[in-house]
Amino acid sequence: MRRGSLTGVLQETSFYGAVAFFFVLAAFPFYWMVITSFKTNSDLYNVHVTPFWFHDPPTLDHFRYLFDKTLFTTWLLNSLIIGVCVTAITLVTALPAAYSLARMTGRKGEALGIGIFLTYLVPPTLLFLPLSRVIVDLGLQNSMWALVVVYPTFTIPFCTWLLMGFFKALPVEIEEAAIVDGCSLFGAFIKMAIPLSLPGILTVVIFTFTLTLQEFVYALTFISAAAQKPITLGVATDLVRGDVFFWGEIMAGALIASVPVAIAYNLFLDRFISGITGGAVK
Amino acid sequence: MVAIADSVPKPVSRFRFILDRRSVLGSLMVAPAVLYVLLLVGLPFLMAVYYSLSAYTIYDPSWSFVGLDNFEDVVEDPVFRQTLYNTFIFTFGSQILGLILGKFGALVLLRPFPGRKLVRALVILPWAVPIALATVAWQWMFDSLYSVINWTLIALGLVTRSDAPNWLGTPHLAMLSVIVVNAWRFFPFAIVIFLAGITAIPQDVLDAATVDGAGFWRRNYQIIMPMILPIVAVGLIFGIVFTFTDLSIVFLMTMGGPVGATSVLGFAGFQTGIVSGDVSHGAAISLFMLPVLFIVVIVMLRFIRRREI
Repeated sequence: MRRGSLTGVLQETSFYGAVAFFFVLAAFPFYWMVITSFKTNSDLYNVHVTPFWFHDPPTLDHFRYLFDKTLFTTWLLNSLIIGVCVTAITLVTALPAAYSLARMTGRKGEALGIGIFLTYLVPPTLLFLPLSRVIVDLGLQNSMWALVVVYPTFTIPFCTWLLMGFFKALPVEIEEAAIVDGCSLFGAFIKMAIPLSLPGILTVVIFTFTLTLQEFVYALTFISAAAQKPITLGVATDLVRGDVFFWGEIMAGALIASVPVAIAYNLFLDRFISGITGGAVK
Repeated sequence: MVAIADSVPKPVSRFRFILDRRSVLGSLMVAPAVLYVLLLVGLPFLMAVYYSLSAYTIYDPSWSFVGLDNFEDVVEDPVFRQTLYNTFIFTFGSQILGLILGKFGALVLLRPFPGRKLVRALVILPWAVPIALATVAWQWMFDSLYSVINWTLIALGLVTRSDAPNWLGTPHLAMLSVIVVNAWRFFPFAIVIFLAGITAIPQDVLDAATVDGAGFWRRNYQIIMPMILPIVAVGLIFGIVFTFTDLSIVFLMTMGGPVGATSVLGFAGFQTGIVSGDVSHGAAISLFMLPVLFIVVIVMLRFIRRREI
């Protein structure tokens, strides 16, 4: 009896130890971002005190510097414009494609859908050389519009695949009833299928937006003008002057750019997973 | 009069008639997406293959065909062989570490405990946050002078300030660092994949096994693992593809250094093709990713096909 409760206590302790381990592993770099971005420089570069907490009072200097003296707001705006445009392009192309592949083209459509999805796996590091040539031919070198053109190459395959799943889950009888009542095929898609799959569309909008925020390779390849950079690239490469890293500003910028993506992912995680595993589990 | 009034709606109805044929409308609706992908993925891909077989640089944009010369040059370069080797170490090291962390993380998060939702939300962060930004945070944590990791090691008495490790400046430690960061970035994804697989297993299967006398480990390795294998395989494929072709972690943390110790294929392709402007050799380097991608695609197809049957 006593022995049993002792192993019980041991099990509990090791379990909560494991919880603590994962908690610290995942969250510490972000805690470190927060701490760094609010510390004064003298506190930041003092190796003789415990670095985990403030020794000078927290300061907003790094954030103020970021907004007043750097292109941070421009980068934020660039990312917003890129995100909105890419989302629009993706929705306009992927919605009809996914509906068609789910409903109208039968087995051939299934194969084509898999084919489109597989292009999501073609890596940027294989395509950036020819694409940079394409960008030059389009006259978009060093412009954020290059990213608006290129980002749909991975958002369209991904979102078409996600939306195919959503459309297949809709009961086909609703559209059939609409067609019997005199609606055209295309009308059934616009008036029935789209309103009914609004949750799916919202998921796609969120993920397209976060995918554009997370992208780094194409942005790095196509854009070197500071004022055209999206936020991820700007914070990661443009806040270093000479060889000096301004860690307070860099961490403040990284923090601001990370928060919205983190929230969006947590809200839409389950749909994302069922999307990419594509029903490998029944 | 009557004839004119009759003839007006005819073209309209014929147009509608065509659009009401499933195959026609279906093809029209899928066309924009297919065209976009063909023009900006398919065509560039073929261009990349041609680049690698030509003498094209940004200084000499002639497209003269040189056969496999570029590949020969690349393979004979010891720096490249080091890069290829690094890429495999980087990929498999981080995937194995990520899978182990993912499996144990999933086991922990399966059990209800107070605050589980919060822990789950935080554990997703490394995967959700843009990797370039998280990498910069790690670079700061590995800083040669102000590393918080070294501060902790010194405070614990494990090392002294004078012989504290220079994480990103020593070849093996630099490789270890980029592997750890990449595993850290992928382990939440692995956790989520494992969780999705495990929660999809019908409880009665597990109950039946328990009744038949299967213990924790036996249930784990003889029931759960085989049943979640397809979903884990799909997750692993994503991990391998995105790690094998990655550039951002190495670019931001080590720049391939010290002396090429962490250079990987994506990074080498970028340095040669974009920075130095030697497009054809850069393309040849990048194309070394293809065999791995082909294998991955074949495995992927097998698992996706399974769901239709």
